[in-house]
Amino acid sequence: MNVPASLKYAESHEWLRAETDGTVTIGITDHAQAALGDLVYVELPAVGRQLKADEACAVVESVKAASDVYAPIAGEVVAVNEALTDSPESLNADAYAAWLFRLKPADTGALATMLDAAAYEKLIGEA
Amino acid sequence: MKMNELQPGAAPLTLRALEDRSAFLARHIGTTDEDQAAMLATLGYATRDALIDAIVPPAIRETAPIKLAGPVPEAEALARLRAVAGQNKVLKSFIGQGYYGTHTPGVILRNILENPAWYTAYTPYQPEISQGRLEALVNFQTMVCELTGMAIANASMLDEATAAAEAMTLALRVGKSKSKRFFVADDVFPQTLDVVRTRAAPLDIEVVVGPAAAAATAEAFAVLLQYPGVAGEVRDGRALTEAVHAQGGLVIVAADILALTLLSPPGEWGADVVVGSTQRFGVPMGYGGPHAGYFATRDEFKRSMPGRLVGVTVDANGNAAYRLALQTREQHIRREKATSNICTAQVLLAVIASMYAVYHGPEGLTMIARRVHRLTAILKAGLERLGFSVPTQAFFDTITVATGAKTAGILEGGVAYGFNMRKIDERTLGISFDETTTRNDVARLWDIFNFDDTPFSVADHDAAVTDGLPSTLARTTTFLTHPVFHRHRSETDMLRYLRKLADRDLALDRSMIPLGSCTMKLNATSEMIPVTWPEFGAVHPFAPPEQAAGYHRMIHELEAMMCAATGYDAVSLQPNAGSQGEYAGLLMIEAYHRSRGEPHRNVCLIPASAHGTNPASAQMAGMQVVVVACDTDGNVDLADLEAKADAHARDLAAIMVTYPSTHGVFEAGIKRLCEIVHGHGGQVYVDGANLNAMVGLAAPGHFGADVSHLNLHKTFCIPHGGGGPGVGPVAVKAHLAPFLPGHRDMPADDRAAHAIGPVSAAPYGSASILPISWMYVTMMGGEGLKAASESAILAANYIARRLAPHYPVLYCGPGGLVAHECILDLRPLKATSGIEVEDVAKRLIDYGFHAPTMSFPVPGTLMVEPTESEPLSEIDRFIDAMIAIRAEIRAIEEGRMDRADNALKHAPHTAAAVSADEWTHAYSRLSAAYPTAAQKAVKYWPPVARVDNVYGDRNLFCSCIPLTESGEAEAAPAAA
Repeated sequence: MNVPASLKYAESHEWLRAETDGTVTIGITDHAQAALGDLVYVELPAVGRQLKADEACAVVESVKAASDVYAPIAGEVVAVNEALTDSPESLNADAYAAWLFRLKPADTGALATMLDAAAYEKLIGEA
Repeated sequence: MKMNELQPGAAPLTLRALEDRSAFLARHIGTTDEDQAAMLATLGYATRDALIDAIVPPAIRETAPIKLAGPVPEAEALARLRAVAGQNKVLKSFIGQGYYGTHTPGVILRNILENPAWYTAYTPYQPEISQGRLEALVNFQTMVCELTGMAIANASMLDEATAAAEAMTLALRVGKSKSKRFFVADDVFPQTLDVVRTRAAPLDIEVVVGPAAAAATAEAFAVLLQYPGVAGEVRDGRALTEAVHAQGGLVIVAADILALTLLSPPGEWGADVVVGSTQRFGVPMGYGGPHAGYFATRDEFKRSMPGRLVGVTVDANGNAAYRLALQTREQHIRREKATSNICTAQVLLAVIASMYAVYHGPEGLTMIARRVHRLTAILKAGLERLGFSVPTQAFFDTITVATGAKTAGILEGGVAYGFNMRKIDERTLGISFDETTTRNDVARLWDIFNFDDTPFSVADHDAAVTDGLPSTLARTTTFLTHPVFHRHRSETDMLRYLRKLADRDLALDRSMIPLGSCTMKLNATSEMIPVTWPEFGAVHPFAPPEQAAGYHRMIHELEAMMCAATGYDAVSLQPNAGSQGEYAGLLMIEAYHRSRGEPHRNVCLIPASAHGTNPASAQMAGMQVVVVACDTDGNVDLADLEAKADAHARDLAAIMVTYPSTHGVFEAGIKRLCEIVHGHGGQVYVDGANLNAMVGLAAPGHFGADVSHLNLHKTFCIPHGGGGPGVGPVAVKAHLAPFLPGHRDMPADDRAAHAIGPVSAAPYGSASILPISWMYVTMMGGEGLKAASESAILAANYIARRLAPHYPVLYCGPGGLVAHECILDLRPLKATSGIEVEDVAKRLIDYGFHAPTMSFPVPGTLMVEPTESEPLSEIDRFIDAMIAIRAEIRAIEEGRMDRADNALKHAPHTAAAVSADEWTHAYSRLSAAYPTAAQKAVKYWPPVARVDNVYGDRNLFCSCIPLTESGEAEAAPAAA
């Protein structure tokens, strides 16, 4: 399973990437997309929405499962990946390219508290 | 009786013995005494009693037989019920209010409603063996979309009132308004308003009722309008819709399906949801049901839509195929986040309604609608000439007449003549016409109003009278343009179309349907016959109670039978599905706590293994779900239960538990579970889905439960109809009886003292199919019901024992025994062979079987429930198929068969694929289609290969498949 070392991870199977402008991009991990199977639908949060940490804010669906996506850290939604709405299968193709939404974090230190790649690999039993 | 006992030279026989009063038992129970002896020997038990002793915990075992008369032979039971039915007085109905006379075309009556190929089918979860009814449902969806002018429609709802309530909750979910006010126009059908009120209360929705025009300023999150209104008035909702939208509200219109052939559809005025009933499209009134409600909405709200949705996809060969779409919306996946708790639809009735449209086509439907309207216009003109004032201005089929002091006399005169009218108040009557109304009826109505012979005729008015439809609302758009609504007008063609579709499906008339938790038992013909008797079919649900005396007697007898079978004290037959019974039960628990000054009790404990409907129902009832853990054996973890009950002691409302468990085990701890919950002030809700294992052996009302819903469509022989109808009575102990669901049209004697609001549009729900369960219980008697439970348990254990060497059997109780179903674990096969549960399910189709329940309650498993009705030969045929499939998997495991190119991965095999010139697979054509000798005798050919679920959900398309010029279905319709 692909777990890039450059990213941070949440126990609820989201990945996080710090951008140079201070925002954080969030998606679901390769492990999550594999567990869900062929995705057919993605629901994204509204831009401008204020999210609390661990708040359910997006939905990804395959033909067999519907799963909430949680905001790993608190913040304001500043962008969403609209292209996913028409091509949910791109999440299966490359979970790390197919980001879901971008947050302006409420607390700039929050990202550092997330799991690193090694810890996430351990969580999913790959380490 | 054995032949040697019957021979003339044998010992003398009494008349009593020769009358053979228990003859029906051997018709219903599929295995003979000899079969059962052999099955018991396989299990190592000498008698059925000994086996049951080892399975049912002694603490809950009933010692006394069920107190029921019988058994009664088939002919005698039919004669008795005929006499009961004869106590109903069938009058011509002009009551309207959502229920209308209709002619079920004979070809549809005999070939669908009375045809086991349609009524014994299951919900089309396995699309490859369900293409016939899926096509019929796509016709239904297309019909609803085009008549309402909406983008997408589901495959039916339980009734119009439930559809309206579901529209309300959809609007609350998807709307942008912050308001929690729901506005209902005061000319909405009163039964709809009542169900809406029931559903609104637990969700803290404020229901406001007022004149339709007031919707514009109601500041509600949504408004509900009736089109035409209950008094008959046809209102133009266009300006109103704009005004409501301007306030951020959504517009829901309950529309008459026949009127929409003539009137501008709400979809064209911008309505957001359109709901209604398709009853008048060929489905008898049946004292209230079952009928198919409909639900149509905008494309953008499709994922929030309740109920089932049929979509088009492609199969493995690239051909168009139907399937259930967007199933992730449903309760078994979303649980408490589900959009609704409705697990089923009214498939059989939706199929009838859709075929009524296929049979009549747009011209035929329009002609019926115009005739109904013209008769109404002529009636109105004549009544005005007789001096009556008719305040209805724009109308379709219903007018209101100011009858003043003559009201009572006219009503009585009507009844004496055989006519029912709707009494609006002491000075006003309503008259609704329908397809069955004739010119003679109009003439007789004039006589009745005139208290004498009328000095003019219908013909006198026919030339002069103008139509009363508002010209501004005349329909200008076409509908039902697809060829399916044009090609089957001759009865020959219609007959063959129905046969063609039926032949595509696998129902109980062809093979065992071993679906766990679904109880696909015999629906005996004698049980079905009374359903289409006019004495049951032609009664309006709001007819005066004295005209429904036969219904009331049958209903009360059936209620008593259900109490006897379950140990409860009172029953309501109103809920139209198990989910609705469940919902009613929770509302009653809530009302009970409130009556005791404990309104804060709102925590509902639900075991992790529960069916997804349980948390969905709790959510709808406004309860907070707390999950209780299960142990490794799948049983409720009593220590965790105690901890959760302690933690929520102040607020504990109830536990919802299935018994025997969803894993098919009689949990020994059930009594203790009841004690713990009662000890913390909670009520025990036992989900009756698995009651077929228990009748006569254990009674929830005796072992500590307070309330249950029963599934008459499982345990008590109502057929599944391809995914509805169902009946889900709610049964309670005496302390909850005062809260049983009420209804404005229920006689006072039947109404509970502190009744919760109605959960169905009709007071007794799907009354016209209750004769099925009445017949079953009458013919079986108490001993027969017990024998059925025991035989079902024996059959399940026989299958488990014979298949255990081939597939691990999960969650056995003590002694390695199961209850009435068993779970086969297929998960290990994925690693050893790449085979998954779906591959085995589809391969069973090649063997001529409907798959068992897939991946419930445990992912990657099959749950098998044979029921008592399957003969041993069929049970063995199923076992042999499963063993043969295991051998096929072994060939893969051992490398003798390719992991990707094998008969399981490519199953099911169509005739076209097997007989094609080119065959590229690593296995033979013979092994693909005729894997064992059994298929040589009877072969079922699936009409499509394995359907592509992913393609279907990514390219959602839910209407009739466009045809090419040559009349062939286009291969893969693009997304809508």
